[in-house]
Amino acid sequence: MLGKLTWAAIPFDQPIPLVAGAAVLVVILAVLAYITAKGWVPYLWREWITSVDHKHIGVMYVFLAAIMLLRGFIDAIMMRSQQALAYHSQGYLPPEHFNQIFSAHGTLMIFFVAMPFLIGLMNLVVPLQLGVRDVAFPTLNNVSFWLTATGALLVNVSLVVGEFSHTGWLPFPPLAETTYSPGVGVDYYLWSLQISGVGTLLTGVNFVTTILKLHAPGMTYLRMPIFCWTALASNLLIVAVFPVLTATLAMLILDRYLGFHFFTNEAGGNQMMFMNLIWIWGHPEVYILVLPAFGIYSEVVSTFAGKPLFGYRSMVAATMVICIISLMVWLHHFFTMGAGGDVNTAFGIMTSIIAVPTGVKIYNWLFTMYGGEIRFAPPMMWSVGFIVLFAVGGLTGVLLAVPPADFVLHNSLFLVAHFHNVIIPGVLFAAFAGYEYWFPKAFGFRLDERFGKAAFWCWFVGFILAWMPGYPLGLMGMPRRLQHYDVAEWRPWLLVAAFGVLVILAGILFQVAQLVVSIRRREALRDEVGDPWNGRSLEWSTASPPPAFNFAALPRIESDDPYWQIKQRAIEQQVLRPEPTYKDIEMPRNSPTGFVCAFFASFMGFALIWHIWWLVGVTFVGAYATFVVFAWRDRAEYHIPAEEVARIDRANRAARRAALARLQQPAQ
Amino acid sequence: MTVAQEHASRDPYRLGHAVDRSLHYPWAEHAELDVASKRVIVAYGFWIFLLSDIVMFSSFFATYAVLTNETAGGPSGRDLFHLDIVAIETACLLLSSFTCGIASIGARAHRNLMYYGAMAATGVLGAGFLFLELREFANMIAIGAGPQRSAFLSAFFSLVGCHGLHVTLGLLWLLTMMAQVFAKGYRADIQRRVLCFALFWHTLDIIWVGIFTVVYLTGLAK
Repeated sequence: MLGKLTWAAIPFDQPIPLVAGAAVLVVILAVLAYITAKGWVPYLWREWITSVDHKHIGVMYVFLAAIMLLRGFIDAIMMRSQQALAYHSQGYLPPEHFNQIFSAHGTLMIFFVAMPFLIGLMNLVVPLQLGVRDVAFPTLNNVSFWLTATGALLVNVSLVVGEFSHTGWLPFPPLAETTYSPGVGVDYYLWSLQISGVGTLLTGVNFVTTILKLHAPGMTYLRMPIFCWTALASNLLIVAVFPVLTATLAMLILDRYLGFHFFTNEAGGNQMMFMNLIWIWGHPEVYILVLPAFGIYSEVVSTFAGKPLFGYRSMVAATMVICIISLMVWLHHFFTMGAGGDVNTAFGIMTSIIAVPTGVKIYNWLFTMYGGEIRFAPPMMWSVGFIVLFAVGGLTGVLLAVPPADFVLHNSLFLVAHFHNVIIPGVLFAAFAGYEYWFPKAFGFRLDERFGKAAFWCWFVGFILAWMPGYPLGLMGMPRRLQHYDVAEWRPWLLVAAFGVLVILAGILFQVAQLVVSIRRREALRDEVGDPWNGRSLEWSTASPPPAFNFAALPRIESDDPYWQIKQRAIEQQVLRPEPTYKDIEMPRNSPTGFVCAFFASFMGFALIWHIWWLVGVTFVGAYATFVVFAWRDRAEYHIPAEEVARIDRANRAARRAALARLQQPAQ
Repeated sequence: MTVAQEHASRDPYRLGHAVDRSLHYPWAEHAELDVASKRVIVAYGFWIFLLSDIVMFSSFFATYAVLTNETAGGPSGRDLFHLDIVAIETACLLLSSFTCGIASIGARAHRNLMYYGAMAATGVLGAGFLFLELREFANMIAIGAGPQRSAFLSAFFSLVGCHGLHVTLGLLWLLTMMAQVFAKGYRADIQRRVLCFALFWHTLDIIWVGIFTVVYLTGLAK
C-alpha cells in the first residue's frame, strides 16, 4: 500500500534533522494559521498563487530562492563548523549525515537558490524592458514556477522522511547506483530535479520565444537592454542542455528502478559516459547562471555611473560567444579521466579561450565607470565588489584549465574555492544587486541603504575570510568533502574559514533586518515616480509597482537606452510625452493550472521515490486532467476598460509631472 | 537620412555625444506590424520545445552509439532485429504523418469529415506502430534479451522506448484534440493546438527515421 515507506523512514534516532524538521513544520503551520486567521487566503490565491502576471511570478521565484538560501546557508554553517571541530576527532556530524549535508547544500544552492533567483529577476524585468505586457506563455510561466517549487519541496521533505542523497551535488555512478546507495536519498535527488527540470525547460522555451518574438514597436535586437540579451543567451542554453540533464537522470533512474546497465560496473555499463553527459549539461549550467548575472551588473553599472554601457555591441557579442563556447569545454571537469593529452589539450585551450569574452566584459564595465558620476548605492557596491573578487575567481579558473595543474588540484579545496569564488561574487552578488535595484519596481519602495551597505561589507569580507583559505588548503593537499582530518597545518585555515562564514551570517542577518526595517519605513522610502535610480531602460518608465498591463500604450522605441531618451526630451522640453489614446487592454486570465498540477506532481514525485505505484497512476491522471480542464476553458482573457487604463496611467503621469517641475525649480 | 545620421544611429557608444533627436527611423511608422500574431508566437514556442525534445533524443542516440557493442556476451542487433517488421512500422508511421497533414488541412478548412477521418486514421496507424513495437519488445524479453541483459540492450530499449512513449503521449493528445474540436469547434486557440500537435507528430517521424537508420539498418549491417 505504501511501497517502501514505513515508520523507519522518520529519523527518530537523529536529533538534528528531526528537531530542525519539526521546527520548520511548526513555523510553516504557524504562518499558514496566521494567514488564514487574517483572511488573506483569497487575496494570496487570486493575486499570487494563480497569478499569470510575470511580475508576481518573478516575486514568487525570488521569495522561494530566499527561503532556500537560508536552508542552504544553514548547511554551510554546519559544514564549516564541523571541519573547524573535527581535527583529531569526529566533530558533531556523523559521516552519513555530513555527506547528506554537502549534497543538499550544493543541490539547493544551484537548483533552488541561484536558478530561481535569476529566473525570478528575469520574470520581473525582461517583459518590462522589452516594452511588452507579459511573457509569450503566461500560464505556462506559472506552471514552471510551481514545478520548481515542487522540486524544492521534495528536497526538504527528505530532511524528515527518509534521507537525502549522500553522493555530492551530482550523483556520480557507480556510487549512486543501487549497489552502493540502496536508500531513497538518490531517488529524492533524481525526482526533485526531474520535476523542477521540466519547469526550468518550460521557462527556457517561454523566454526564448518572448525575447525573440515579443517587442515593443521599434525595439530591434540591437536596442534590447543587455539584461535581455544575457537572459536570451541563458535561456537558449537552458533549451540546449536541460534536455540532456533530463535524459541523463532518466538513464540513472532506469538503472536504479529497472535494473538497466547504463552506468553500472556489470554488463558493459560505462560510468565515464555519465561524466560526459552530466557535464555537457553541467558546464553550460554555470553560464546559465552567470550570464544573466553579467546582465544585471551591466544594467547597474551603467545606471549608477550615469553613462550608457561602454561597448554595448561588444558586450552582446561577448555574451553570445560565451553562450556558444560554453558548450565546448565540458571535459575540463574530468581531465583526470585519461582521455589522453590531445583531448585534454583541446579542452584546456577552449577553456582558456572562454576567459577572453569574459575579460571583454570586465573591461567594458570598467570603461563604463570611467568618467562617469558614480553613485555608490548598494546595487553598485555589489557590482564593484563582484569585479574585484570575480577577477580572482576567473584567474584561478584559468589555472585549473591547464591539464597538468588540474591533475594536482582536481577534487581539492582549491577547486571548491574556485567555484565558490565565481558563484558567490559572480551569481549571488548579482542576485543581491538585482534584488536591491529592482525591489522598488516590484513593491513601490526602496530598501534601506544603511542596512544594505552593512550587509554588503559583511558578505564581502566574510566571503574573503571563508573562501580565500580554500586556495592554500588545496595547494597543501586537502581534498574536498572531508568529515574529519588530522593534519595540523590545515587547522588554522579552516578556523579562519569558519569565522568567515559567521561574518557572512551577519550579512544575512543585516539583509533580513533590512527587509523588515524597509517595510516598516516604507512611506519614507516610497518611490512615487517609478524611477528611483535615474534609470535608462523601459522598466523605469512605468509606475512602481507597474500596473497589471505594464504599459498603457506600447512605447515606440527610437534608440537604445529608450527611457533615458524619453526622459532627457521631457526635461529639455519641460513637458511629458503626449498622453496616448487609451484603449481597452486584453490581459490573460489567472489560472490555478500550475498550482494544481504541481500539487499532483509533488505527490507523484513522492510516490515514485517510495515506490507507491498506485499513487503514481492516480496523480498522473490528476495532472493530465488538470491540463484538459485548462484546455477546455472558454475565456482565456479579460479586458481592462480604457477608462481604468486612463485613470491608472494619469496617476503616474501626474507624479512624473510633479517630479519634472521639482527638477526645474533650481534653474529658475 | 544622411550618412552622418545613419552613422550616429548605428553607433551605440555615443561617447560624449548628444543624442540627435531629429533621427527618425523609416520602419518605426510600420512598427505596430512588428508585433507577431498569436499563431506565430505559439508555433515558434512549440518549435523551440521540439528542438529541446530533439536534443533529449540526441543524448539517447549518443548513448546508444557508445554502448552499441557492449553486449556483455549476449545477443547483438544482428541477432535480434527483423527488418520486415521494422519496415511495416516505418510504413505505418510515415503514412500517419501524411494523414496528420490531411487532418491539419481539414481543420483549417473546417471540414469535419476530413478532420475527424484523417485524425482517426492517424490514430489507428500510430496504434498499429505501437502494437508492432511492443510485440517486438515482448518477443525480445521472452528470449532473455530484455534491457537488463546488457548495456547495449539497455540503450536500445531506452532509445526506441522513449520514442514509443512519445507516440503513446501523442495518441493521448490526438484523442484529446478530436474531443476538443468536437466539443468546441474550430476555434482559433484550438486551431493553434492542432497545429502544435501536427508539428509534434511530424517530429516523431523525423526521429523515427533516425532510429531506423542508426539502430536497425546499422545494427543489421554489422
